[in-house]
Amino acid sequence: MPVPMWRRYARFLGVDLKADVDDELAFHLEQKIDDLVAQRGCSRKEARREALRQFGDLRSIRQTGHRHARRKERQMRLRDHLGLFARDLQFALRTLIRKERGFAAISVLTLALGIAANTAVFSVVNTIVLRPLPFPDSDRLVWFSGGRDTIENRPKTSGLSAVTYQVAAFRAIQETNRSFAQLASYNPYFGSGDYTVSGLSGEAQSVSGVMIDSDFLPALGVHPLLGRNITAAECRAGGARSVLLSHAMWQRQFGGDPRILGRGLTLNKQAYTIAGVLPASFDFGAVFSPGLSFDIFVPGDLDEMSRWGNTLAIVGRLKPGVTIEQAQREADTLIPQLQRDGRWKWGDYTSSLTGLKEHVTGKTRRSLTVLWGAVGLILLLVCVNLSNLMLARAAARRAEFALRSALGAGLGSLFRQLLAESATLATAGSLLGAAVAWAFTTYLAQQGSFALPLLHHIRIDVDTLLWTLVLGVTAAVLLSLAPIHGIASHDLQSTLREGSQSTSAGPASERLRGLFVISEVALACVLLFGAGLLLRSFLNVLDVDLGFRPAQAAVMRIDFDDQGKAELRGPIFERILSRVTALPGIEAAGVADMLPLGRNRSWGLEAKGRTYSPGHRGDAIIRVVTPGYFAAMGIRLQNGRDFTWADSSTSERVIVINQAAARANWPGEDPVGRIAMVGGREVRVIASLADVRDLSLETHPGPEMYVPITQAGPAGAEMVIRTRLDPGTLAPTLLRTLRELNPAQPAATLRTLQNIVDRAVSPRRFFVLLVSAFAALGLVLAALGIFGVISYSVSRRTQEIGIRMALGASASGVQFSVLASALRLVAAGVVAGGLASYFSGRFLESLLFGTRPTDPVTFIAIALILAAIAVLAGYLPARRASRIDPILALRR
Amino acid sequence: METQLELIRGTLDVLILKSLAWGPLHGYGISNLIRQQTDEALLVEEGTLYPALWRLERKNLLEAEWGLSENNRKAKYYTLTPEGRRHLRAESKLWEAYAAAVGKMLSATHRPEES
Repeated sequence: MPVPMWRRYARFLGVDLKADVDDELAFHLEQKIDDLVAQRGCSRKEARREALRQFGDLRSIRQTGHRHARRKERQMRLRDHLGLFARDLQFALRTLIRKERGFAAISVLTLALGIAANTAVFSVVNTIVLRPLPFPDSDRLVWFSGGRDTIENRPKTSGLSAVTYQVAAFRAIQETNRSFAQLASYNPYFGSGDYTVSGLSGEAQSVSGVMIDSDFLPALGVHPLLGRNITAAECRAGGARSVLLSHAMWQRQFGGDPRILGRGLTLNKQAYTIAGVLPASFDFGAVFSPGLSFDIFVPGDLDEMSRWGNTLAIVGRLKPGVTIEQAQREADTLIPQLQRDGRWKWGDYTSSLTGLKEHVTGKTRRSLTVLWGAVGLILLLVCVNLSNLMLARAAARRAEFALRSALGAGLGSLFRQLLAESATLATAGSLLGAAVAWAFTTYLAQQGSFALPLLHHIRIDVDTLLWTLVLGVTAAVLLSLAPIHGIASHDLQSTLREGSQSTSAGPASERLRGLFVISEVALACVLLFGAGLLLRSFLNVLDVDLGFRPAQAAVMRIDFDDQGKAELRGPIFERILSRVTALPGIEAAGVADMLPLGRNRSWGLEAKGRTYSPGHRGDAIIRVVTPGYFAAMGIRLQNGRDFTWADSSTSERVIVINQAAARANWPGEDPVGRIAMVGGREVRVIASLADVRDLSLETHPGPEMYVPITQAGPAGAEMVIRTRLDPGTLAPTLLRTLRELNPAQPAATLRTLQNIVDRAVSPRRFFVLLVSAFAALGLVLAALGIFGVISYSVSRRTQEIGIRMALGASASGVQFSVLASALRLVAAGVVAGGLASYFSGRFLESLLFGTRPTDPVTFIAIALILAAIAVLAGYLPARRASRIDPILALRR
Repeated sequence: METQLELIRGTLDVLILKSLAWGPLHGYGISNLIRQQTDEALLVEEGTLYPALWRLERKNLLEAEWGLSENNRKAKYYTLTPEGRRHLRAESKLWEAYAAAVGKMLSATHRPEES
């Protein structure tokens, strides 16, 4: 906005608003006196006295007037400044676009990178950590984790069974508690594609489903989009079978047809009725099972499940006004009381209660905080780098500023111009950065391969944009600080006197630039060190002995119909496996009900005749498998034999155990041939084999046992095949073979075993990828910083170098001295960064695996990388310095 | 009993705006105009007039300019801004409605019938 015409005019006249007030009042008095004289015919003196009397307290009116004048003045000055700033912005835009395109492009791009990284990471942090869960009043939702009192005595590796509940316990707590408005449960022992849907158009297919009780959706505050919730009667023996569809399934299978309510659906050969459709906003997987998506929700038959053991995960909604601590105190007295009352026969259900949000996102919080810190460092690096650039530019423009100041521009207007420039850069950088962040988060939200909670909900929202705004403004202010300091610390007039020859910065700004580079290197060092530790941990995790060989193996979920009879099961699987192993290219095949790194359950396992210390819990993870499973998985048999088809439902009961189970129950002995007690029955141990990483790659395996499929009921069937062929080409043949034996076999994908392992490490991979990318970015920025400062100092010292060369300094000597100055800066930065890393490393401790936060190898590697970067960044200016022609340099 | 009425709070602004509806005036002119128009019933004191003028000016309802008075003195003339004109229209309507309502009540002769 240009300065209004009248203001210029007013300035020209030097108008004083206070004087205006006085003039105005004086005019009033004069006019009054005139009128009084005319009316009353009295003398002017008398008239004046009368006028003043009528006027009242002239002084206080004048003061009021002056106050108004001051305020008005301020108002106008602000408006002027804004107008001038707008003009400065225009000027800055013109300068940057027309004259300094390169500088502008580099600044905007680096800023955009920094802002994009920050915006994107903030949107992730906001979604996972800051924003509440996507349920109404979600702060009242509570997660129950059972078996608290025995968890210390029990192997930490007993998996889900150790923290879930029996139906009897759940019902007892549900009936008697007074803290919860609703207490609800679901069955967490689900896998991917547990259900076979048939009766729809097209072939049978597998979908993922979860069993919930009738209170589950109401407790979360989720209402069906269409139809109704499942009823309590449907969760009991003999209840009608109804099913709720996820929004995605409804769209995919039924094209969003609202008339599907009441239609039939065949799930695992049983008839169900579609009772309702859930809203698109309800994403069970995102909250309760990151990385999986669920298609159907089935009423869990609690009467049936009450015979199975620990089957339920519990979620509660607190009554209004009840705190989680109060609920915990109630649970601490209530649950032991219920147990004493004999509400359930065995099992420890003392519970720790946590907020559902804490349960869902607690594990990723630390990683995200680290990520947030890393991008913060990046932005700092970007700002330091650009400040450095601005400082160099300010030095080059000193002549321009000196001239403008000589022509009457005050320091204020020069500052304003610098601020306008950095504001222009920051705005462009923020806009570009926000756009990049938007693209990145959109991409991220569609990724299924990272098992992170709430990942699909990530988006750029208002909070995120506000954060971007804060960062942009901060960047603008930070960027203008350095050049303002540069101007303010220097006598502009003397610059003008020295003429255009002097483009040198003062020693103060030289020192400042050195300091900038040192802090850049220090920041990059902290980033690199953190990334290095995380990367090392990631490699250590990948290097872990899984106990099985994921390469060249693939998995398919298969369907079987044994009519619930164990004697039929053996022959069915024997037939399937003999046909499958006969296929060309298949080396081995076997079936297990659950695979490592997926779902799990545990049973008690003890050596017969051995007395255990009181409180001992001999839980072992149990897998129901067929002969050939170990070979297909590549699990090493240490001792003994694999199961055979001769181990049938009528022959002697046998199990295979892992090393950890052998150590726990038969320490120092060979367990093969021993009798163990499983579920109150005697079983013979026929082999021991390698420990398999069952729960996660990082957790050392606890006791594990394998039971033949003919002697225990499997909870599903996953067929593992070992083959050198590409799973994609093999899948159709495999499916055809399975369908010949069982027409109901649904269309299922053949996943590689490696895929399952990758999924298990995906959160770690996610963070390592991001942190490493940020560290690389930091390294580039630091390198640019070093390069900028060294080449600037070389160009400034051209004369001095020329003299030294004329006096006999060798080219290599000059090169060396330039490189040495680069190395000095880096060394100082590494020392500072090393100290910072030492103190910040502790923060990373819980994220590391197989390495320590003070790992010297990583630190030395990082220091060497930085030194190499310094040499690289210093090389070009050093070469330029050594080629300086002494004659030309001296003549200048 | 005095024939001059006390100004009711908040009415001064409207009176000033109205007095400028016919064209620019200086402060003294405004006070004269109000006095004459109200048949000397309303007297605006300088101690309230000027602060009100300045306030209205800062609120952008009035604009001021220096000019020459009838007897060739430098005087500060006030003019209505478009915003001031709008404000005047709105306020006048409000006042008429208010006055009519109060009038109706005060001139009532009997209790309303219970219905």
